Amino acid sequence: MTTSGGKSPLVRIEGVTKRFGEVTAVDGVSLHIDEGEFFALLGPSGCGKTTLMRMLAGFEAPDGGRILLNGQDMAGLPPHQRPTSMMFQSYALFPHLSVEQNIAFGLARQGWARAAIGPRVEEMLSLVRLEGLNRRKPSQLSGGQAQRVALARALAPGPRILLLDEPLAALDRKLREETQLELRALQRRLGVTFLVVTHDQDEAMVMADRIAVMRAGTIAQVGPPKAVYERPASRYVAEFLGEANLFEHGAGWRLVRPEKMSISPVPSPGALQGDVAEVAYFGDRTRYIVEVDGKALLVSRANVGGPLPFQAGDAAWVTYAPEAAVDLAS
Amino acid sequence: MRRPSDARGPTAFNLASVALGLTFLYAPIVLLVLYSFNASRLVTVWGGFSTRWYGALLRDQQMLDAVWVTLRVGLISASAATVLGVLAAVALVRAGRFRGSGVFAGMVYAPLVMPEVILGLSLLLLFVSLGLPRGFWTVTVGHTTVTLCYATVVVQARLSSFDRGLEDAAQDLGCTPLKAFLLVTLPNIAPAVAAAWMLAFTLSLDDLVIASFTSGPGATTLPMRLYSQVRLGVNPEINAVSTLLIGVVAAGVIAAWLLQQRRRDA
Repeated sequence: MTTSGGKSPLVRIEGVTKRFGEVTAVDGVSLHIDEGEFFALLGPSGCGKTTLMRMLAGFEAPDGGRILLNGQDMAGLPPHQRPTSMMFQSYALFPHLSVEQNIAFGLARQGWARAAIGPRVEEMLSLVRLEGLNRRKPSQLSGGQAQRVALARALAPGPRILLLDEPLAALDRKLREETQLELRALQRRLGVTFLVVTHDQDEAMVMADRIAVMRAGTIAQVGPPKAVYERPASRYVAEFLGEANLFEHGAGWRLVRPEKMSISPVPSPGALQGDVAEVAYFGDRTRYIVEVDGKALLVSRANVGGPLPFQAGDAAWVTYAPEAAVDLAS
Repeated sequence: MRRPSDARGPTAFNLASVALGLTFLYAPIVLLVLYSFNASRLVTVWGGFSTRWYGALLRDQQMLDAVWVTLRVGLISASAATVLGVLAAVALVRAGRFRGSGVFAGMVYAPLVMPEVILGLSLLLLFVSLGLPRGFWTVTVGHTTVTLCYATVVVQARLSSFDRGLEDAAQDLGCTPLKAFLLVTLPNIAPAVAAAWMLAFTLSLDDLVIASFTSGPGATTLPMRLYSQVRLGVNPEINAVSTLLIGVVAAGVIAAWLLQQRRRDA
C-alpha cells in the first residue's frame, strides 16, 4: 500500500466508472484520500462529483473499478453497513423528529445503549453550538441552524469519513464564509476525514488540504490548493480555479494570474501597451481589464489606500515577471 | 391578503349562480334530512317534529344488522386497500420508469373510470369460477379492489412531493430500506395515508353496485337494505337511517380533507 505524507490512505478509488444510460457520469476515476484529510471534489455541476460521492456512500454502485475503505472493498455493501456518514445538500433533516431525535437517530440504529445516547447528543449539540435547541423541530430552525444540526447528526455515530454534499450552498455569503472556517477548525479538532463536494472554488481552497478538480467525469488535477492554483495542469484547471490570462505559447498556453501582472502608466522594456477598458472595484482589490491588441487582459491590484491609479480609457503598459508565468501543455 | 380582483366582492349574478348550484346539489338531501324528523307516517306530508323514526330504527334488528355488516366491511376493506394502496404508490413513485411502469399505473387507475356495473359483474364471475361462496368476505374483497385505486392516488400525490433524500439519510444513518420507510417516510406521509383510509372507508360505506353483485345471504350491507326497502315503499325510517349515513360520510370526507390540509402546514 502506498502512502503519502506518512499517513495511510483511508479511501482508495481505483478506476471507478459509472454510467447512467448513454451518459458516463464518472469515467475511470482513481484517487486516494488520507486518514484525517480534508479532501474536496471540485467541479461544475454535472461533472460527476456528486455521483462519485454517492458511490462512496453506497447509494450508487460503480459499473467498473472498485472503492476500498480502510483496505476493505465496499462493493455490494449497502449504505447502512458502511462506516460513512453523509451530510446532504438539502440537509434532509427528518421533519417529524426534534433536533435531538434527529441527532440520536443514527446512534439508535447503530445499537448505542440508551444511556449513552443522551450524553452523545448533548456533546454533538455543544460541538455545533446549538445547546438548548434539543426540542425544536427542523421547521423552526434557521438555515444556519439546520445546517449545523445536519452536521451534528452525520458526525454523531462517529463515521470513518464524513461526506459533505455542497454543505454551504444554501447559506448566504457572510454565513458561508464563517462556516467554511468553522468546518475547517472542527475537522482539525476531531481528526475525522472529510470529503466535501462543491462547485465553489473559494470553498474548496479555504477548507481543503487537497482538491481534486473534476471535468466531465474525470479528474483534471489533484493537489493542495496552492499547487492547483499556482501550477495548474491544464487550461481547464487554470480557468476553473480563479481568473487567468492565457497567452498562446508554442503548442500550449502560458498562464499568468491577474494579481501577478504588473501595470504601469509609463512604458517599460517588454511591456505590452494597451488601454484600460474597464475598472471593477471589489473593495479589497480592483480589477482592470486592459485591451491589448484586441485581447482583454485581467490585472488585479490590492487596494492599499489612495486614489485608484487608473481610470477607464487611460493608457497602460502591462507586463509580468518570467517566474510569474506557468506554461501549460493543454 | 386580498387579491385586487376580490376587492369588488361578488356580483348579484355570482350570488345567484352559487345559490342555484347549491340548491341543485343539496335540496334533495336537505329535504330527506328534514323529513327524517317528520312525525307523520306519510313521507311527503309534514306532521310536526319528532324523533320517533330514529327510535324505530334502533328497534329494527334487520337494519342494525345491515349497519354492522357495512361497518365491518368498511373497516376491513379500507384497511386492506390502504396497505395495498401505499405499496402500489411506493412502486409507482419510487421505482422510476421501469419496464411496464406506464401499464402498471394505468392498471391501478383503471377502476377509477371503469363502470361499477362491469367491475361488479367481473368480480362476481371471478368468485363464481373460483367456487367461492358469496358473502361477507367477497363483498370485502370487492370493496378493497375498488377503493384500492383511490387510496393509491391519494398516497401517490403525497409521496411524489416527498424528499427522497430523507430516506437516503435514514439509510446512511444505519436503516435498511424497509426500516427507513417505516421510521421516516411513513410518519411523514401519515396524514395522506389516513386520508386515503377515510376515503376508502367512505366509498365502501355507500357502495351499492359492487355489494349487490358480490354479496350473498347474511351479508346485506346498509345501502342494499335501503334499496330493497325503498322498492317496497319509502318510510320515514329510511330517511332517518339515510340521514345518519350522510352524517357519517360527511364526517369521513371532512376528516380526510382536514388530514390532507395538515400536511401543507407540516
